[in-house]
Amino acid sequence: MVQTAQQVRQQPKKPDAKEPWLDPQATPYVRIENVSKHFGDFVAVDNVSLDIYRGELFSLLGGSGCGKTTLLRMLAGFEQPTSGKIYIDGVDMSNIPPYERPVNMMFQSYALFPHMTVEANVAFGLHQDRVPKDEIDRRVTEVLELVQLVSFRKRRPHQLSGGQRQRVALARALVKRPKLLLLDEPLGALDRKLREKTQFELVNIQEEVGITFVMVTHDQEEAMTMSTRFSVMNAGKIVQTGTPAEVYEYPNTRFSAEFIGSINLFEGHMVIDEADHAVIEAPEAGCQIMISHGITGTVGSRVWVGVRPEKMKISKAVPALENEYNLLSGKVIEIAYLGDISIFHVTLKSGKNIRVTAPNVSRYSVDSITWGDEVWVHWNADAGVVLYT
Amino acid sequence: MSGRDHHKPFGLARSGGIEGLSDAAAMHVVTQWLNRLGLRGRGLVIGIPYFWYLLFFLIPFVFVLKIALSEAAYSVPPFTDLTEWAEGALKITLNLANFDYIFSDSLYVTAYLNSVRIAAISTLLTLLVGYPMAYAIARAERSWRAPLLMLVILPFWTSFLIRVYAWMSLLQDNGLVNSVLMNIGIIDSPIRILNTDFAVFLGIVYSYLPFMILPLYSTLEKMDLSLLEAAEDLGCRPFKAFWRITLPLSLPGIIAGCLLVFIPAVGEFVIPELLGGPDTLMIGKVLWQEFFSNRDWPVASAVAIALLLLLVIPIMIFQHVQAKQQEAEKR
Repeated sequence: MVQTAQQVRQQPKKPDAKEPWLDPQATPYVRIENVSKHFGDFVAVDNVSLDIYRGELFSLLGGSGCGKTTLLRMLAGFEQPTSGKIYIDGVDMSNIPPYERPVNMMFQSYALFPHMTVEANVAFGLHQDRVPKDEIDRRVTEVLELVQLVSFRKRRPHQLSGGQRQRVALARALVKRPKLLLLDEPLGALDRKLREKTQFELVNIQEEVGITFVMVTHDQEEAMTMSTRFSVMNAGKIVQTGTPAEVYEYPNTRFSAEFIGSINLFEGHMVIDEADHAVIEAPEAGCQIMISHGITGTVGSRVWVGVRPEKMKISKAVPALENEYNLLSGKVIEIAYLGDISIFHVTLKSGKNIRVTAPNVSRYSVDSITWGDEVWVHWNADAGVVLYT
Repeated sequence: MSGRDHHKPFGLARSGGIEGLSDAAAMHVVTQWLNRLGLRGRGLVIGIPYFWYLLFFLIPFVFVLKIALSEAAYSVPPFTDLTEWAEGALKITLNLANFDYIFSDSLYVTAYLNSVRIAAISTLLTLLVGYPMAYAIARAERSWRAPLLMLVILPFWTSFLIRVYAWMSLLQDNGLVNSVLMNIGIIDSPIRILNTDFAVFLGIVYSYLPFMILPLYSTLEKMDLSLLEAAEDLGCRPFKAFWRITLPLSLPGIIAGCLLVFIPAVGEFVIPELLGGPDTLMIGKVLWQEFFSNRDWPVASAVAIALLLLLVIPIMIFQHVQAKQQEAEKR
């Protein structure tokens, strides 16, 4: 009752240089203060406040129309906030047009100038700043080396593959050494294999150049693998901000729990409320759910318990347990064999379908679970997460 | 593709019985004949317009060439024959004097140069007027674009001649333009607008504006606007971004529009005749005069052929640009 999961987790942790968001003294590099953006009656961004720290690779994650791109475009200066302020490195960006902001953007379509060579595309921004010619040459070569495109410098964009174009776009945005690099769905146009490879490349490049990245993506996997932290957005609002592990293990709402990965949610009400544990009666589950830490709320209050599929154990035999908590029985209706893991869809007595994953540890299993099997599903008392909305 | 396949559609026309069979047989002969000419399937589709051009362009052109190589004569038709049968010998006379004449008489050379000058200036003016219009239409709200384009094309629904006549009445000394200018107090007495080179420029710009706007619009409309955002993002002011990005990318449209205006403007007859002055010398007018006033068909034909050769060069440039553009679009 007194301690929430968040508090338990955060208390022992000391802020270090790699996690500036944990340090209350640290000054954010990008500060978004109560920013809203209205298009007529439509509220694209609704009173968003967000701090991003220097050197972060921060992602804005959400479905289409959640306002993530609008927020990014306000950082670039293509849109003006209806209300609220944006500070970059302490400077108010309100009246600063895009061409004067210390910000560069990598566009979703890459927006490479089709009538210019790779080299000219990359040099374009430096020419605008009247950088001396020999310095332009040097910096263009440098950045093309970074993205491994030196031998393509004389080519036109249409003579490049999708992955190469993506790297030209990155080079063009990096060459000006902006304080902030914005990436709009940077990997959206690449095929799956290339996307995975490029994810790591991007992260490596970001670490090498040390520029703060803000990335927009709808792909939760991308946000999880690449970001230092990310915000889950929905309907113009930020639902949750945190590191990938924080958001995954400690989602704060059903929306963010369901958006990141998959989760089994059981609706119920609290029956036991102690400082070190709580019990929830969940008719859908057909059992009482034990939570091994105190939760906010009182007896009788309505909550949802979320359990990730990989934190559940599935077996044909009744597991030996000390108590009856967290034990479900049901019937396997669907199995998806993915090679490394299998996903089991189990229908409970209440009619609710849940999802359980199990690693395929051995190649041959005598006791393997198959369609129609009656199974038992169990999870530890620390696996469940309690959600209030 | 084998020739056999092409018998099938004809075979379908078979109505049965002996008569039908003979139809099919006739068709078979025709098809075989077309096949032998290399005209089957795709070839036939391309062949028809080529045949059209052969019949209505190339053959008349050969007639004109023939007249250009003859001599003027008081007869009907007013020129001599190129061939003559005399005592079993075929005599062919090719008279090149007409060409020699049009290149030696300064009238024709001056008219050519003047036509090119007037066409070039009008093309430039059309571009200057058309570009902002095309730009505005291409950047207007999507739902506005079609009606705005419609308005550009609308004048075409009235006869070209009537529209030029309308300009005559607008531009004359007691016409609307002069009276408005006098009423505002800009001028005290009517200024001469009609029958000047200015009126010709005005007429050409007015008449050919849609030919400039349409290709410009199509290139500007296709342009990816995120390119301009990218330019701005990289530190380029919007005005400069226009020069560095929009203008170069609309170059194919500029070239296409300019050629579509320039080519017909060089040979323009109606506009200089009706709006131009007596000293507005254009090759189209000279051509008319040679044919109908002087009735010197051979010289007129020579002028026509020289004009054609003069225009073939820009037409070839146009085709080259168009081919390149289509190639670029395929990518």
